[in-house]
Amino acid sequence: MLKNRHIQGWLQASPLTLILIGFLILPIITIVVVSFWQATEFSIIPGFSFENYEFLFGSPVTYKVFFATFKYAAITWAMTLAIGFTVAYYLAFHIQNQTTQIALFLLCTIPFWTSNIIRMISWIPFLGRNGIANSMLQSWGITDQPLEWLLYSDFSVILAFVHLYTLFMVVPIFNTMTRIDHSLIEAARDNGASGFQTLTHVILPLTKPGIMIGTIFVLTLVMGDFITVRFMSGSQKANVGRLISNDIALLQYPSAAATAVILLITVLIVIGILLRFVDIRKEL
Amino acid sequence: MSKMRYSRRAVLKGGAAAVAASALPAPMVWAQEIKDITLRQFGTGVSNLNDVANKVKEDLGFTLEMTALDSDSVTQRAATQPDSFDIADIEYWICKKVWPTGNLQAMDVSKIANYDKIVGIFKDGKLTPESVIAQGTAPHTVGFVEGEGSKTFAKEQTNWMTLIPTIYNADTLGIRPDLIGRPIESWTELLNPEFKGKASILDISSIGIMDMAMVCEAMGEIQYGDKGNMTREEIDKTMAIFTEAKKNGQFRAFWKTFDESVNLMASGEVVIQSMWSPAITAVKSRGIECVYQPLKEGYRSWGGGIGLSANLSGMALDAAYEYINWYLSGWVGGYLMRQGYYSAVPETSKEFMSENEWGYWFEGKPATDVITSPTGDVLAQAGETRDGGAFYDRMGHVACWNSVMDENQYMVRKWNEFIAS
Repeated sequence: MLKNRHIQGWLQASPLTLILIGFLILPIITIVVVSFWQATEFSIIPGFSFENYEFLFGSPVTYKVFFATFKYAAITWAMTLAIGFTVAYYLAFHIQNQTTQIALFLLCTIPFWTSNIIRMISWIPFLGRNGIANSMLQSWGITDQPLEWLLYSDFSVILAFVHLYTLFMVVPIFNTMTRIDHSLIEAARDNGASGFQTLTHVILPLTKPGIMIGTIFVLTLVMGDFITVRFMSGSQKANVGRLISNDIALLQYPSAAATAVILLITVLIVIGILLRFVDIRKEL
Repeated sequence: MSKMRYSRRAVLKGGAAAVAASALPAPMVWAQEIKDITLRQFGTGVSNLNDVANKVKEDLGFTLEMTALDSDSVTQRAATQPDSFDIADIEYWICKKVWPTGNLQAMDVSKIANYDKIVGIFKDGKLTPESVIAQGTAPHTVGFVEGEGSKTFAKEQTNWMTLIPTIYNADTLGIRPDLIGRPIESWTELLNPEFKGKASILDISSIGIMDMAMVCEAMGEIQYGDKGNMTREEIDKTMAIFTEAKKNGQFRAFWKTFDESVNLMASGEVVIQSMWSPAITAVKSRGIECVYQPLKEGYRSWGGGIGLSANLSGMALDAAYEYINWYLSGWVGGYLMRQGYYSAVPETSKEFMSENEWGYWFEGKPATDVITSPTGDVLAQAGETRDGGAFYDRMGHVACWNSVMDENQYMVRKWNEFIAS
């Protein structure tokens, strides 16, 4: 009987296991293997060589690009968290009526029904030298020259990131917040806590798992992105994703694979550290 | 027979073509089965035009499926997915990269009817007997192979051609004369601090490096042995000059696709940049002044051609040869020349152009009437002349051909660093 249940358990787990092996483990193994190969412009040569890694670690550009990737990730994270937390807090605690709550929440998601690229590219005419933002600022007399840094700069890249990914912060935080027992907040108030104290001592600790899930979403999305950086910086800035996409475009698959492996390891380390702080399983 | 497809779409298209009146009699009497042949062609947007596919259906009876991609994707596909195409419409420098993979088959010159009329550039490299052959991957250097299955390029004309030349052009910098307000005569202007934050270059390494080299050489900073085949030292020096300019904020953006280059120019973000001829036309058609500025150091030129997949055989291969002969017979040439490109066999194209069009596009004469594109957009008014003038003036001043270098991999890495720096 016991043995029977054992087999049953394995059988139940096997479809997912097979899918993960086929579509996650095998591709990653392939990437790792290819990262040790060599390439010319004509062909890919299987082999075992550290050349790709040597070049990667030997080039100062790699460090700069990784630094830029972390910079984008950190700033975007801080801003999406600030905005996401505020929006979620408002939805969860200030709106009492559940219907209104759901309606407003759906309202937040409406812009996300259009494509990522469209939402990103629509910033370009807005921020350009002769764009809407600049002509507005000049007609109001705030500036007398168009601001060049509005477009094709770190500013525009981060702006697009924040715009694209804030929802990924709102959703998990809102989800955790709605689960907070309102009697806990009443208890805090009864015990004389100010609004701010309730926020920092009750709500924030209880929202941590949601924040953590949102953080993982935002960090992985930003660190793996290349198209936003390419469009919003006018190809002038680079992050690791662009390094990989440039390599692929130029048929340098092994070198792209090596960069991808290093990026994967970096992201895993970051997530590993984050998970040390919060046990998100408790939430799930 | 994987090449024979009986799809509903093919049948529908066949019906549509049968309704359309044929301007030309079909050059051969075809068996009924030819109608069921579908050739899959892919290439860059410039010559992958639906109008061409429609005309093929009309004139030749079989179906041509077109896929347009950017040059990087074209190279990738030709090199890595040989089963995905029958006809590759690629540039000569891409051919140098792709030919050694064995994904393309050489063409029998004796089956090409208009071979003798093909412009000299693609045969012995000389436009006129006095011409000097430009640097870079000149088309004739990768245009022929030693024999039918050979993977090495021949030094002179042989009976086996790698690509049948289709279109080519001479590229230079595009400028916004209304925003610059003074004559531009040299490639050095791209790095002139006067245009700080208003210049752009294209982010396609193999072409971008050429534009860079044209600039560095014009500045007198670097003397290249061969701009199309630089040494590591030359690459380093070139990149250093441009990296410094980038750090100083010379460039507003880099562009990778045609529409990006059009938008940068039309919006006024950029006033001087590397550009392609139809992009100039696209900016002009928005009513914005834009000039394809001839420069004293000469042009950077490119040429494209169609190659046959190694998988083609039997009737599909016959259809492909028929297509090539049709391609060189003039209709496509006329169509493309009316967009500002050149046909490999200009004299056959002449029959498909009006005297005014031929004079404007090929001979560099002032237009006697309004010049319109094949799709009906007005490109020039009566009295205007083409930027750069006549065919022999433009193609006779080529300084360098788009190319792929021996140190390509090194250059690519340096390019990546340049973008990331």
